[in-house]
Amino acid sequence: MRVAVVVFPGSNCEHDVVHAMSLLGAEPEVVWHRDTDLTGAAGVVLPGGFAHGDYLRTGAIARFSPVMAEVERLATAGRPVLGICNGFQILAEAGLLPGALVANRDLRFICRPVHLRVDSTASVLTRNAIPGQVLRIPLNSYEGNYVAPATDLSALEDDNRVILRYSSPDGTVADADNPNGSTNGIAGITNDAGNVAGLMPHPERASEPILGSSDGRILLESFVASLTPVPV
Amino acid sequence: MRFVVTIQRRSGIADPEGVATTRALVDLGYTEVGGVHFGRTITVEISGDDPGEAERRVIEMCERLLANPVIEDYRVEMQS
Repeated sequence: MRVAVVVFPGSNCEHDVVHAMSLLGAEPEVVWHRDTDLTGAAGVVLPGGFAHGDYLRTGAIARFSPVMAEVERLATAGRPVLGICNGFQILAEAGLLPGALVANRDLRFICRPVHLRVDSTASVLTRNAIPGQVLRIPLNSYEGNYVAPATDLSALEDDNRVILRYSSPDGTVADADNPNGSTNGIAGITNDAGNVAGLMPHPERASEPILGSSDGRILLESFVASLTPVPV
Repeated sequence: MRFVVTIQRRSGIADPEGVATTRALVDLGYTEVGGVHFGRTITVEISGDDPGEAERRVIEMCERLLANPVIEDYRVEMQS
């Protein structure tokens, strides 16, 4: 199944995403942000990096790239769309996911493994995982602090759309386990239909033993398993 | 024409820079400081001779790109 991995000027994680997806049997293809033809793409990944240098606001300019109209169309059509780190920020700016990502609480760029608890399997990113499962995955960001208007936050929580939360290694969620001050320890969310998902940590960097953790595999496997054939 | 756009974080949205700077000021002895809030100033140069229309367009720019309504409020003022 073909997966479009979109590259913006400043994206830097597309090769790792392509590698990890290939290992899982998908057919990832890098798509330049000015291309508007996503014909045949069963799903889309917006990878990490610094699209447009994070100028103005992270993801603010990327959301208007020519390719994004097609990404939005695929998202609306129910195709799996995944935003990793900067990709999550772009999906939030595009309004495909609620809320926004702002500067980390302690104003430090965080670059280390964190633990994530799977809080909902109702998304293309977590459907193959076990509720309560704890995953050790690298976090690598300065603006990973999730915020949202109270109504959006309640909706996320009430509808079981917070899919991943920062936790301790044994799965407890407390302030001490929250690396960046993210509201309610939120690390990843999904939309109403569960086909658009965003997370700040990098599952592609925890997809093989040589990377120190393969815990990200279950997330990427879920995404690949959610892909359905595109009519020719 | 020049328009000055002032962008401020909405109240209730985390402002870690503001919190850190408040702490720094208080540590410097300015114990009367209760809060610091960071905003941004964007100056937009507009060609044309219709200030009303230009201001309407700048407001539209704020709505679409310059400010994120989830986390920011904006103000537009024409610079004389």
